[in-house]
Amino acid sequence: MRRALAYRLLRTAAAVYLTLFSRSCSALADPVLDPKGPIALAQRQLLLDAVAIMMIVIVPVFIMAALFSWYYRGTNRNARYTPNLAYYWPAEFLVWGVPAGIIFWLSFHLWDGTHKLDPYKAIDPSVAPLQVEAVAQDWKWLFIYPDQNIAVVNELVFPSGRPLAIRITSDTVMNSFAIPALGGQIYAMAGMQTRLHLLANEPGEFWGRNVQYSGRGFADQQFRAIATATGDEFDAWVMKVRGSLDMLDAGAYERLARPSAKVPVIYYSGVEPNLFDKIIAKWRDGGSARHAPITAEATHTR
Amino acid sequence: MEIFGRLTIEAFPFYSAIAASGAAITVLGALSVIAVITYLRAWRVVLFDWVSSLDHKKIGIMYVMLALVMLMRGFIDAAMMRGQQAIASGNDGYLPADHFDQIFTSHGTIMIFFMAMPFLSGLINHIMPQQIGARDVAFPFMNAISLWLTVAGAGLVLISLVVGKFSTAGWSGYPPYSGIEYNPGVGVDYWLWAVLIAGVGSTMSGINFLVTILKRRAPGMHLLRMPLFTWTVFVTSILMIFAFPALTVACGLLALDRTFGMHFFTNAAGGNMMHYINLFWLWGHPEVYILILPAFGVFSEVVATFSQKRLFGYISLVLATMAIGILSFTVWLHHFFTMGSSADVNSFFGIMTTIIAVPTGVKVFDWLLTMYRGRIIFKPPMLYTIGFLVTFVIGGLSGVLLALPPVDYQMHNTTFLVAHFHNMIIPGVLFGYLAGYMFWFPKAFGFKLNETWGTWSFWCWIVGFYLAFMPLYVLGLMGMPRRMEHYDIAAWQPHLIVAAIGAFIILLGVICLGVQLVVSIRDREQARDMTGDSWNGRSLEWATSSPPAPYNFATLPIVQSVDAFWDMKQRGVAYRRPDRYVDIDLPKNTFLGAFIGGAGFVFGFAMIWYIWWLAILALAAVTLALIIRASDDETEFTLPAREVEHMEDERFAHLSKAPRNELADDPGFAGGSVLEGST
Repeated sequence: MRRALAYRLLRTAAAVYLTLFSRSCSALADPVLDPKGPIALAQRQLLLDAVAIMMIVIVPVFIMAALFSWYYRGTNRNARYTPNLAYYWPAEFLVWGVPAGIIFWLSFHLWDGTHKLDPYKAIDPSVAPLQVEAVAQDWKWLFIYPDQNIAVVNELVFPSGRPLAIRITSDTVMNSFAIPALGGQIYAMAGMQTRLHLLANEPGEFWGRNVQYSGRGFADQQFRAIATATGDEFDAWVMKVRGSLDMLDAGAYERLARPSAKVPVIYYSGVEPNLFDKIIAKWRDGGSARHAPITAEATHTR
Repeated sequence: MEIFGRLTIEAFPFYSAIAASGAAITVLGALSVIAVITYLRAWRVVLFDWVSSLDHKKIGIMYVMLALVMLMRGFIDAAMMRGQQAIASGNDGYLPADHFDQIFTSHGTIMIFFMAMPFLSGLINHIMPQQIGARDVAFPFMNAISLWLTVAGAGLVLISLVVGKFSTAGWSGYPPYSGIEYNPGVGVDYWLWAVLIAGVGSTMSGINFLVTILKRRAPGMHLLRMPLFTWTVFVTSILMIFAFPALTVACGLLALDRTFGMHFFTNAAGGNMMHYINLFWLWGHPEVYILILPAFGVFSEVVATFSQKRLFGYISLVLATMAIGILSFTVWLHHFFTMGSSADVNSFFGIMTTIIAVPTGVKVFDWLLTMYRGRIIFKPPMLYTIGFLVTFVIGGLSGVLLALPPVDYQMHNTTFLVAHFHNMIIPGVLFGYLAGYMFWFPKAFGFKLNETWGTWSFWCWIVGFYLAFMPLYVLGLMGMPRRMEHYDIAAWQPHLIVAAIGAFIILLGVICLGVQLVVSIRDREQARDMTGDSWNGRSLEWATSSPPAPYNFATLPIVQSVDAFWDMKQRGVAYRRPDRYVDIDLPKNTFLGAFIGGAGFVFGFAMIWYIWWLAILALAAVTLALIIRASDDETEFTLPAREVEHMEDERFAHLSKAPRNELADDPGFAGGSVLEGST
């Protein structure tokens, strides 16, 4: 009930503002309030729940501030004036108790939501997710599909309805990988890998990008994320990539990794074996790639 | 090796018209200050009464002057960013990426380190000793060093406009981007040394304030009789002492990485950037409470004074302040929920963060309950306070949202985050400091600030704030990342245009503040505060004259109640003359504080440009100055009782012919003792 009200209020306020100032309200423009996947949807729901519950303290503040400022103005000689009123235990009880109660309630939702929406957690353990390895470079994204043995720059294609398991690293400064319409972000750091699990409920084209400032080409470090309608459509796309004449061997990778901005989509029909692990290993053990310990999960311990 | 290190003629910004004009404005600004002082023949006063002063009140005023100058500079940066983003939809705008990146870095660095921190130190310096009935801070010389090291840091940021470039790494300077490998220029070094040098000053300020509160309270001023502002300073000082070393270590290690090729935070050779992020926020989160707690203190004083009523829930407010102080050290990880920590870790820090909302909520309600059954007089400080109450809870709401890790995964690094912390820092911190500035200005200078212009400044600031930052919340929900120099999602642009209009209205607010100061100085004779008690005040700073005598209190006050001065007025003893006066020892003026600040500046500059001989020379100069000071056995002079009596005679002469307090003519005045017992 409260949730619905707060949601409606927020939607109305946003809608009024958006009709005044925006040309469109598509997923492209409004990914958080109009999510396209279960993760982003659950994140939005948590946000709206929290807004609703906090209205219990926010609204009284607005009312009290307005009412007291007006009624207890100095010139209103009819208002009661108690210059020494400095303590009243029921009031003290309420001002501590009500916020504490709300935070208590919220803590459970926080704990629950954080565990359910852990970016490291597989979305549906019964379905084999599509494996993708994402590498942040200055200023572009390289996506390696290990099972398909293909790689793509600045385009991420996957079938809708099938979970996406992404391993992420950086071959440069710290980046943060995000596709807002589908879910949250996670940092990309050199010598380490982080993980993100996403799912698109419906086909569509979304934008994804680095959202952690990374230098000159940061503003253009974005990619298209395309959820195909069917698995066949995805397979067709894979065949198209396999038709490319470019191969991502060690030399090609090195050339690609050099700083460059506004890079168009590039397809690679083959990939150097274990390239992702080698990129991580490059930064470890004094920079030598003697071996690739993939224990390098960034800080994630249980 | 080059004698000037890596400093060459190419360091001067002749490569770009915008950069060159920034440099020209900086140089012209400095030259015009020199010209004005020369024209007024004020060099003697500036040097011997101010630069060399160890008087906590003058040091406080100089801190606030620095803060106001840096507020202008930081605001210009903000306006340039808003201008760029308003037009850069599908095109490059008027600023190249490199320049835009320097601007957002300097905006954040200046506003936190060189606007908010000096403003805070200035208000504390001027007011806190008077509130506890002290004659000075515990360590007056260290106080001067703190001031001049802060000035040195600010000077380094300013001179980076003229010589070389500033950092592009953002105000938090995350490695490895801020490492030498990705940023070989001098920019990050400017940022590092400015922050390091000013940070040392802040640590010393914290020690100074804490010892002052613990050791210099007047007789009867028990801890639980201290005014709320002093209480917040007490907690803030503790936070400064424990938090700033983390910043110094983080920046120090980064400086070792950059200057001496070490590998604490590099990608390769065993470095780990996560350690920097951890250390930085171990300082960074307490820092926001360092900034905001004294502002809470100001609001507490203002709301009681202008509601003409005792502060509601004094003990609650003290407990809430201490709770915030302790909790502030348990939440820093929420700045990097997205770094891959497990759900357990993220949940813990998320819950700790939301818990801070409880004592903060208590404070908001206690202030509102102070207004309840009061007689509210809407002077500009009170307007800022009410504006704060309403606006701040919106920032608190968005803060709790960001404390939920799953929401943070979405909103982190977007303009939603930018809107959130500006929503805390502008209404919370800046409104508090501006309220304090207008509240205590008559105490510092003996005349009130113009209220009409003060009121206008408030309305411009608050309307401008909503227009500038509410669209950023919306943009955050639309996924717009922060620090975008240009973008190609056209739907973002209308919101950014609204935000730019908001920035323009804030500019009007800034102008109003300037006009207010000029008009008030011009009309100062009509706005004289002869009583020392400008607002029918409640705490001891209103017991001194305006401006206070060098010794603040001729005889130390005896405190019997929470609202010490109010209580004295009630009992008719507020203006009682002592039987006799005694000699008072006060610190002698010295140039050594400013000298150490100057040497600190030179040291920073030398480290930035790799001019090693100069760095060694500057360090030697600092050491020498400290040895000279330590060997000086006569750092104080005695103001003879005779002279004290003469000054007090003059004060009482003023008091006896003082016009009725202007507040008593206010239609909202509730009665009470403005000048009762003045004999």
